Amino acid sequence: MDNIWFNIGLLLEYPIVNLKIIIDGVMIGALFALAAYGLALVWGVMNVKNLAQGDFVIAGGYVSWTLAQMGVYPLLGVPLAFVIMWGLGWVIYKTVITRVIERDLFTSLLATFGLAIMMAQIMNLIFGSDTQSVDMHWPTWRLGELGIIELPAAKVVGVVMAAILAIGVVLFMKKSRMGQAIRATAQDSRAARVLGIDTEKVYAFTFALNAAICGAAGAIIVMIWVIQPFYGITYSVRAFVIVTAAGLGNLPGVIAAGLGIGAAEQYGAHIFGIGYQQAIAVVLLLVVLFYRLMRQRRLRQVLQ
Amino acid sequence: MSMRKLALYGALLLLTVAAPFLFPAYQTQLATLWLMIIVALTWDMTGGQMGYNSLGNIFFYGTGMYVGAVITITLYFPLAEYTDASRSETFTFTPEMYFTGMVLGTLGAGLFCALSAYAIGPLFFGLRGPYFAIGTLGLAIAAGEIVSNIDILGGGQGISMPVYGGDFEVFKKIIYYVFAAMGVVLIVFLSWFYQTRFGKAINAIRDDEEKAEAMGIHTLRYKLVTWAISAFFVGMAGSISAFQLIHFEPLETAYQTINLGIFMVVCVLLGGKGTLWGPVIGAILFHVFKEVTWNYLLGWQWVALGALIVVIVVFFQDGLMGWLRHRKPEWFGIRVESREARASA
Repeated sequence: MDNIWFNIGLLLEYPIVNLKIIIDGVMIGALFALAAYGLALVWGVMNVKNLAQGDFVIAGGYVSWTLAQMGVYPLLGVPLAFVIMWGLGWVIYKTVITRVIERDLFTSLLATFGLAIMMAQIMNLIFGSDTQSVDMHWPTWRLGELGIIELPAAKVVGVVMAAILAIGVVLFMKKSRMGQAIRATAQDSRAARVLGIDTEKVYAFTFALNAAICGAAGAIIVMIWVIQPFYGITYSVRAFVIVTAAGLGNLPGVIAAGLGIGAAEQYGAHIFGIGYQQAIAVVLLLVVLFYRLMRQRRLRQVLQ
Repeated sequence: MSMRKLALYGALLLLTVAAPFLFPAYQTQLATLWLMIIVALTWDMTGGQMGYNSLGNIFFYGTGMYVGAVITITLYFPLAEYTDASRSETFTFTPEMYFTGMVLGTLGAGLFCALSAYAIGPLFFGLRGPYFAIGTLGLAIAAGEIVSNIDILGGGQGISMPVYGGDFEVFKKIIYYVFAAMGVVLIVFLSWFYQTRFGKAINAIRDDEEKAEAMGIHTLRYKLVTWAISAFFVGMAGSISAFQLIHFEPLETAYQTINLGIFMVVCVLLGGKGTLWGPVIGAILFHVFKEVTWNYLLGWQWVALGALIVVIVVFFQDGLMGWLRHRKPEWFGIRVESREARASA
């Protein structure tokens, strides 16, 4: 208890520490927002809640890590992970997801949970349970008094790449024919079918795109943090927190919630200790769920 | 009840009692089998019969473990000294202390879990469908992460339970019979429970909650009581597991979200949701499959397990009982009119 008060006191006494935490949180949050955007896409278009989301992220990280071991320049790992995870996503769609779309929601939840276990265990068998990362050998800038704000170049580049990817996906969804078809299917899949859109193709494309976005996010994560086969579930939980908080089809909301949860986690880890970081992500999920519930209750009372 | 049914149940009961003597090498396996049956049956109470698919019932299992351990230890020794990682002194339990602790700890664990289910229920039962599943999964993960940071509960190292002083063979038989008795009581209780008006009411909630409410059923109260009963049994099973395993730790043993936490759902789906015997049969099939194949898969067993979940969920979701009901409806007292009969009518 004492060191919690001490940590809070530290934040109030040295405002610069807040800045450091927020910058760290925003950098992490940008990558959470990417995974969450993919989840919202799949959720909105085909009503599948993908619990294997985090494992796609980790798988993308391992793709990039393997390529880096083979001598590929790490930054090239990001587009390559995008392409390879696209293929994996397509295969998973054709083998499993296509069979659960029409079923009730618990089915898709459980099927993707099974997929998550499978992917985590396969990665564990192939890569071992040690944490891995790709060292970029780039400088770290120090700002503020005593250089308290560390700004590694790799993190800055990672955030910029995440932003480029997000902008690319948004432009694609807005401008291209396929993007328009995806949005039409999300609005009303039956009407889309009547108008001649091959919804099966749209579903496959959407799921593959989601896996690719996650894979690219994972390739960025492996450059700036570490990955481990069993870290997937926490990325899934964070993606769920963000989407539940922001709602579907609300991109600014997803970005805001992603950056918010990143900062909140960093604050929590600073105040309660690093051991609570995972717990904080999950408790935030419960808080968001119950907050939504309360809001709906109020709505219900108004209707009565 | 007809004579044939009575004879069948009698034979099953006899087999249950005789099993540890018939298969002495598999006593621990059989005890674990009963544990699987208990958690599958209790999962089906809310998942199959009431339509609330929880992914976090393992929360009550882990909590039962910790409550049982804490009660057993604090009856005789200060908890902080017992769980101190650097302790040098040993704490010995006489058989009398051991069994008092086991009985009181297990009952306490059951009651604590039932009360906590009743307390957190109003929050969780507002969540519908997949949100309920995600919310309860979050509860189980959060509990494990938080408990592993609490030093007085042993932190990430977990707790080492007192050891039974006597013969190890006797210990294995005790654990088996406790689990078996709990399982038999649960089956008898549920076969009565599902016949009552209460059982019909929770089925009505599953079929259409809004209509059930309109019929005058106080749905929240029914949901809370059902969840509390299910938590009572899971909590007791968790406490007995703590005694069986002797040492447990928070993330992999107590709040084991991806092992037992998902096994119970798979058992129920395999056997057939919303039936009394489906979860029992599913648990037996799943456990036998798991134990037979486990050692031959050379590290790939977890991958195979994930694949099995996907296959069951995607291709075989009605389970064995659902399949049987489809093929042999007359066994379930369902009369199907043939086409000719309908045409002539």
